[in-house]
Amino acid sequence: MRIKCPLCGDRDSREFTPMGHETYMNRPDDEGWSPAWDNYLHLRDNPAGITREMWYHGAGCTSWLRVERDTVTHDILRVELAADVKRGNS
Amino acid sequence: MRYSGWQVIKQGLSGNRGWKPAWRDPAPKAEYDVVIIGGGGHGLATAYYLAKEHGLTNIAVLEKGYLGGGNVGRNTTIVRANYGLEGNSQFYSHSLKLWEGLEQDLNYNVMHSQRGIVNLFHSDGQRDAYARRGNMMMAQGDDAILLDREGCRKLMPFLDYDQTRFPIFGGLYHKRGGTARHDAVAWGYARGADQRGVDLIQKCEVTGIDVENGKVVGVQTSRGAIRAKKVAMCAAGRSGQVAAMAGMRLPIESTVLQAFVTEGLKPVIDNVITYGMGHFYISQSDKGGLVFGGDIDFYASYASRGNLPMMEHVMEAGMTLMPMIGKAKLLRSWGGIMDMSSDGSPIIDKTHIDGLYVNAGWCYGGFKATPASGHCYAHLIATDRPHEAATRHRLDRFNTGRIMDEESKGSQHNLH
Ligand SMILES: Cc1cc2nc3c(=O)[nH]c(=O)nc-3n(C[C@H](O)[C@H](O)[C@H](O)COP(=O)(O)OP(=O)(O)OC[C@H]3O[C@@H](n4cnc5c(N)ncnc54)[C@H](O)[C@@H]3O)c2cc1C
Ligand SMILES: [Zn+2]
Repeated sequence: MRIKCPLCGDRDSREFTPMGHETYMNRPDDEGWSPAWDNYLHLRDNPAGITREMWYHGAGCTSWLRVERDTVTHDILRVELAADVKRGNS
Repeated sequence: MRYSGWQVIKQGLSGNRGWKPAWRDPAPKAEYDVVIIGGGGHGLATAYYLAKEHGLTNIAVLEKGYLGGGNVGRNTTIVRANYGLEGNSQFYSHSLKLWEGLEQDLNYNVMHSQRGIVNLFHSDGQRDAYARRGNMMMAQGDDAILLDREGCRKLMPFLDYDQTRFPIFGGLYHKRGGTARHDAVAWGYARGADQRGVDLIQKCEVTGIDVENGKVVGVQTSRGAIRAKKVAMCAAGRSGQVAAMAGMRLPIESTVLQAFVTEGLKPVIDNVITYGMGHFYISQSDKGGLVFGGDIDFYASYASRGNLPMMEHVMEAGMTLMPMIGKAKLLRSWGGIMDMSSDGSPIIDKTHIDGLYVNAGWCYGGFKATPASGHCYAHLIATDRPHEAATRHRLDRFNTGRIMDEESKGSQHNLH
């Protein structure tokens, strides 16, 4: 599996740490417990097919990336900087 | 037919022509009292105990592939009761006791071998943690012995005790732990369930769960619609997809776990060994192959195969622990889809839909759980009350903060 980091280029997946579904990009604002936290921490669609996840390029530019990936074929379809996605210019 | 030594001799002398298929291959009926989705170890055990302990026999197990083709036939067969957490401790203890009577109960040789497990530790701190775990196991009524380095050396002289990075300080020895033949467990339960009238229906994929007015009424399958009073989800790695058919989301992400086996060798490893500092564990099968594995490939996957980095990682860990393994030739590797729950513990519970039950989140440890999972799930389905050994494996524990985090890592995906 190779991941094309927008800053570093095509790299071995060993340079990256997968963090899980992109849900982790949207931390709830509530201070107390709410269903939003349950959604954020626990509940998942868990699709067999295309999914979007957070990956960390620890052995490269140390960026957080949003990776679109197929969980059945392991194909990597799209890689963006999480910061760009957050700013809405992806 | 009752299996016995006498049958083996009798059939052997008559050209082995008298053996009958171990279970029927029925067509699905229009309606059942209970439909179980998934013919893995847990689904088959559930059907068996429903029939045996609760007298329910109008049951179908629907399996999309073939019986035993899922994780039950892909795991590395370790059976143990060395959990420490309240709830898990009782549950796995219950399971090990069922294992100890399983072959007599099923009249089937599942090759359950209590060859012992040693969890190695490599620092003073880890020794303390393992001593504490051992005490918890004994408090639960199970067995544990704390071995020092010389104690380990006697059992496993081939390990590298003096490696500079992670020297071996000792190990926690759980003598009643061991292994079992995984396929035989599926087959034994299948045969037992079939003999009690359960329909085992293979190549029958569930494609929808029918709910009317908040109550489950049946399932849609690749072999037509089947009505059911109760539906029990038991799909391990596919739990997320099956739950989605009922509009549910589970606290589960599916990943892949790999395993490896070498060519057959003469007996060399008597027990099961886990490495306390690397992701590596190993045992030797009765055929002689060294069976070993490590950690999951940490990304979501339904591919039933892993990638090379984790394979390399496992081999490296194995080489540091027992350099002699480098002389063995690797024969095969494979993967299975793990239903990883966010706190690392399983779920056996009712759902918000009347008559729909969930059994999921087994992570990489559900083989040892097979008897207790089936036993407790059957109890829940038949009586609508949790079995006393599984009161804490609730679906709502995530939302209510009663998580069961055996390894104290946190309840978040990718920590387990
Ligand atoms: C490599 C590896 C090593 C492991 N090592 C160990 C170990 O040493 N010790 C241990 O305790 N555990 C171990 N495990 C974990 C253990 O194997 C699983 O937790 C356990 O087998 C899961 O329960 P099961 O047997 O019911 O699952 P499965 O056998 O996977 O059964 C689920 C079944 O549901 C079926 N299904 C799915 N969707 C549908 C549908 N829509 N319709 C109909 N049927 C469907 C599947 O085809 C499958 O047969 C390991 C797993 C792997 C992959
Ligand atoms: Zn980068």
